[in-house]
Amino acid sequence: MSGTVIATHGLRKAYGAVRAVDGIDLDVRAGDIYGFLGANGSGKTTTVRMLLGLVLPTAGTVEVLGRPIPKAAREVLPGVGALIEGPAAYGPLSGTANLSLLDAAGPGGSRRTRKARIAEVLEQVGLGGGGKRAVRGYSLGMRQRLGLAGALLRRPDLLVLDEPTNGLDPQGIHEIRLLLLDLHRTGTTIFVSSHLLAEIEQLATRVGVLDRGRMVLQDDLATLTAPTGATVVTTTDPAQAARVLGDRVLTSDGERLVVRGSDPAEVNTALVGAGVPVTGLVLQRPTLEEVVLAAATGSGDRVAA
Amino acid sequence: MIAVELRKLFRRPRTWITIALLNSLPVLVAVLLKVTDLAPRPGEGPAFLSAVLTNGTLFPLAALAIVLPLFLPIAVAVVAGDSVAGEAQGGTLRYLLARPAGRTRLLVAKLVAIVVFVLVTVVIVAAVGYVVGTALFEVQSLGATTAVSGTSLTPEQVAGRTLLSIGYVTISMLGVAAFAMFFSTLTDSPQLATLGALAVLIGSSLLFTLDAASDIAPYLPTRYWLSFVDFFRDPIQWRNVARGLGLQAVYVVVLLGAAWANFTTKDITS
Repeated sequence: MSGTVIATHGLRKAYGAVRAVDGIDLDVRAGDIYGFLGANGSGKTTTVRMLLGLVLPTAGTVEVLGRPIPKAAREVLPGVGALIEGPAAYGPLSGTANLSLLDAAGPGGSRRTRKARIAEVLEQVGLGGGGKRAVRGYSLGMRQRLGLAGALLRRPDLLVLDEPTNGLDPQGIHEIRLLLLDLHRTGTTIFVSSHLLAEIEQLATRVGVLDRGRMVLQDDLATLTAPTGATVVTTTDPAQAARVLGDRVLTSDGERLVVRGSDPAEVNTALVGAGVPVTGLVLQRPTLEEVVLAAATGSGDRVAA
Repeated sequence: MIAVELRKLFRRPRTWITIALLNSLPVLVAVLLKVTDLAPRPGEGPAFLSAVLTNGTLFPLAALAIVLPLFLPIAVAVVAGDSVAGEAQGGTLRYLLARPAGRTRLLVAKLVAIVVFVLVTVVIVAAVGYVVGTALFEVQSLGATTAVSGTSLTPEQVAGRTLLSIGYVTISMLGVAAFAMFFSTLTDSPQLATLGALAVLIGSSLLFTLDAASDIAPYLPTRYWLSFVDFFRDPIQWRNVARGLGLQAVYVVVLLGAAWANFTTKDITS
């Protein structure tokens, strides 16, 4: 699989006068773990629903795996696993029965392999022992795992996950992250929408940021958090360090100095040569949070139509 | 997809509890009749009830007549009202449609499941009625059953006409199902859809008793519900039965068309 996996052009959804999604151009490529970020109410969920043919766009086009949605939904969506705004299942039925019904409800899930696939995905998400129990008795974390199992049931080429670690404890979050990275290694493209920046920063290779229905940023995570060309120095003698480096010091904050220069070794040599003790030395990189906040503040004064 | 809907419906405890409750009223009536020996006079009370003391094989029809005005439509409205709105409320609708089940396919599968539910329910009411009726009351095994119009029917004729009645009652319930299903595509609350359908029926029953509404009476959905009694006249009077079938067909086609048009174009935000 290669090329573009999700492409939207001028995608817009208006509810009356309110534009929930206002002309966004998503570009998710094969092999990406795409982090779709945005505050609550920024239009993430509406976008995800348009990708899956649940909400019909007011304007613009959606292509998933190279085919138009919702027109080719029946051919495309069997190859897409989705977790949309929290899991949902039939309470009186067991986890296994729920997965079986979901698999039988659409095309692309062979009846012959169903039992084996269900057992496999339950094992994969850590519910191997809970499949026979009624979902009514599941904890929120177990329901989330079951939802993920449903998304994985047909070995999808693309996973669309809305807040996949919602309701999980720290160990659970870690497990799911490892599972997603594992799936990614075996060729699955993953589209994760979340408002948890730290989670995306640990997972994503590409990031898109939505702000009030508009796409304000879309780039590789490595590019966004690339070194800024400055080095962060920690020293017990900041005054002496500042004298040695002169106007190369961009900012200083207690024992922490930001110094112009993208070669920490060179900065270190200069300081140590002048007898300044250096306790920490690192290339400056912006965090994803800084990048996102910077991108989103530009429109902070906008008043929604 | 149809198999999926049937599995969901009949693996659900609620479905069987509904059917069990539905049967409790005719059974209670039978026991009371047996204990007190006080049958309503002919022409009073639910149809056929006056005759069951002397012929238990008519009790399936009495049972249908007992549940038809209220219990059966409530059960149908609950199941049909839950069909789409229940999935929306539970959040499973978005997963079914993203699977993708296909909106038209899902609606058709739901409809078939409802029809099967109605048929199974009516057959069970008749079967329980038969068991209770023949166990508690006399059975005229050799003699003939007296038809509503006074002539005699053989046991085979009674059996055949009982089957016709089961079919007619089932079709009569499809109008209710169509109302509830249409409402079910309009709202994400199954209770609201069910109550909407029941409001239509209560309104229809009320207007039916009103002389001022006599001009629209032939078009009320509940107008011909009890016409299955006509199967037990000799000869069978088909006029009202045929009108009843035609009227239900119109309601079903129009309402399901509206349900389809609404459901296939709506945004699923549940």
